[in-house]
Amino acid sequence: MAKAFLSKNSVTCRGVSKVWAEGTERAHEALRDIDIAVAPGEFVAFLGPSGCGKSTLLYLVAGLEPVTGGEIWSFDDLVTSPSPDRSLIFQETSLFPWLTVWQNVSFGLGIRGANAIARRAAAGDALQRVGLSAAFDKRPDELSGGMRQRVAVARALAMRPKVLLMDEPFAALDVQTRQRMQDFLLDVWRDSGASILFVTHHIDEAVALADRVAVFTARPGRIKTIVPISLPRPRNLFSPECEKLRIELTQLLRDEVDRAFAEQEAFPATG
Amino acid sequence: MATLAPAGERREGTVSKAGGVSALPARRVRSTSAARIALGMRRVAWTLLSIGTFALVWELCWAVGLADPKLLPPPHVFLDNIPEQAKFFNTATRWSIGVNPADGPSPYEAVMITVAATTMRVLVGLVIASVLAISIGVLVRYFLLFERLALPTITLLSPVSPIAWLPVAIFLFGIGNAPAIFMVVIALFFHMVLATISQIDGVNRNLINVARTMGATKWQTYSQVIIPAILPGLLVVLRMNLFAAWMVVLVAESTGVGYGLGQVIMMARNTFNPSLVFFTIALIGLLGFTFDLMLRMVQKRILYWVPEPTGALRGL
Repeated sequence: MAKAFLSKNSVTCRGVSKVWAEGTERAHEALRDIDIAVAPGEFVAFLGPSGCGKSTLLYLVAGLEPVTGGEIWSFDDLVTSPSPDRSLIFQETSLFPWLTVWQNVSFGLGIRGANAIARRAAAGDALQRVGLSAAFDKRPDELSGGMRQRVAVARALAMRPKVLLMDEPFAALDVQTRQRMQDFLLDVWRDSGASILFVTHHIDEAVALADRVAVFTARPGRIKTIVPISLPRPRNLFSPECEKLRIELTQLLRDEVDRAFAEQEAFPATG
Repeated sequence: MATLAPAGERREGTVSKAGGVSALPARRVRSTSAARIALGMRRVAWTLLSIGTFALVWELCWAVGLADPKLLPPPHVFLDNIPEQAKFFNTATRWSIGVNPADGPSPYEAVMITVAATTMRVLVGLVIASVLAISIGVLVRYFLLFERLALPTITLLSPVSPIAWLPVAIFLFGIGNAPAIFMVVIALFFHMVLATISQIDGVNRNLINVARTMGATKWQTYSQVIIPAILPGLLVVLRMNLFAAWMVVLVAESTGVGYGLGQVIMMARNTFNPSLVFFTIALIGLLGFTFDLMLRMVQKRILYWVPEPTGALRGL
């Protein structure tokens, strides 16, 4: 199945599907026939109702879970296992609590066998890019939630990834912090040149950030439609164009949320 | 993937924990030494008050005639004549043939020797059991083949009471320190293996996935993520098992190790001396308490990243 496939795309999904617990009674289909290509440096948001499998797709692209159908390519490589080229940033704090900030940021370099001097230098560089140089020697529990997520971004950037996979990274933050973090993310994205695949269930977040928004259906997750957004950034979410997008996406999503609810009511046990 | 409701709850929890955007949590404010001493004094005061209340209830029971002083001598009776009690702490040398009983260590020295002997057995047993159990526990999760070969046997032997191993200890090691240490190891080992495995299974998946996406090998994931992540839980397990070690060492000693606190209790039973029993119980309690305190201090020192218990429960 893995025939040579040369691609300029940073991520290509071809007919990807995922069934959890395949072959057992508890089997359920999370994703079906996902086709999407992400260009280098592109910012794509995955928008969908909760439990639609958009996070699952991110795990598949990261190589943390195997696909059960189709194939995922990243540039010229068939994705079969995790790679430092594709960094995943989680919704919840995933910093190592026993390491200081700089040790966290340079964790991946340590895995590669870099020495302490190189690690400190790289960590300092990455922390500067996220505006947290002052936190160099601090421990994760001394930081606020927003700062911790910025450290997580710095840790991903230190690996110089070609693709950043973000699983609702700002969902745990309050509204004001979230807005600041979105601006921050756009800055980081611009000077890293990486593609970003960004999972969210917030319409505003998708409208503020993405080049394209892939709207997912309720389970099993499929891409219902892809909405391109060509507005320049930073975007004024109160502008008429953004308002129009928001209404469009809200309507696309509403059907799916209704469907998801109807399904949950029909099968309370699986809800 | 998470369903709607728990994800929402979790998020809220994180928000409140995270506090403000740039404000650092107040817990980190370094307490002055004066404040620390005051806090320590208050803790000591509460400890004394707790023990004092217990003793007072006992004394009251004695005063109104509920507790027979011959069977349940209250603290003022069994602590009344410590030198008299200390005389019973004979170390084996004084019973050896051809040795003048007066040549042995003084009663207080004998108490010290007895306490030190028992403590040593507990400590050596605890160290051997922890090292073995943690290594085996990690190996079980590291190598699937090892898990399949070893885990069923470990689970099978785990519910067996250490008392059942007592004859084995004597068959194998005769009398002396070895059977007592063996008993401590047996009593702790199986539970600690299972506890280690469950700690490993409880490690936050995200931490492991971070290491995986960074290209960590299995060995690197274990040594740099899983082992540090399970340390806090293992220390709690160790604390729990410390008490178990103190319990089983007495059983082992009561069957003929020569000398030790268990032997003293057994002798008190045989000579019908309740005062000596309670005196020894007090001594064991004090030792166990001190050990737990020391372990908690070690925990604080080496597990600097584990937050202090917070006031959530107290707020109820």
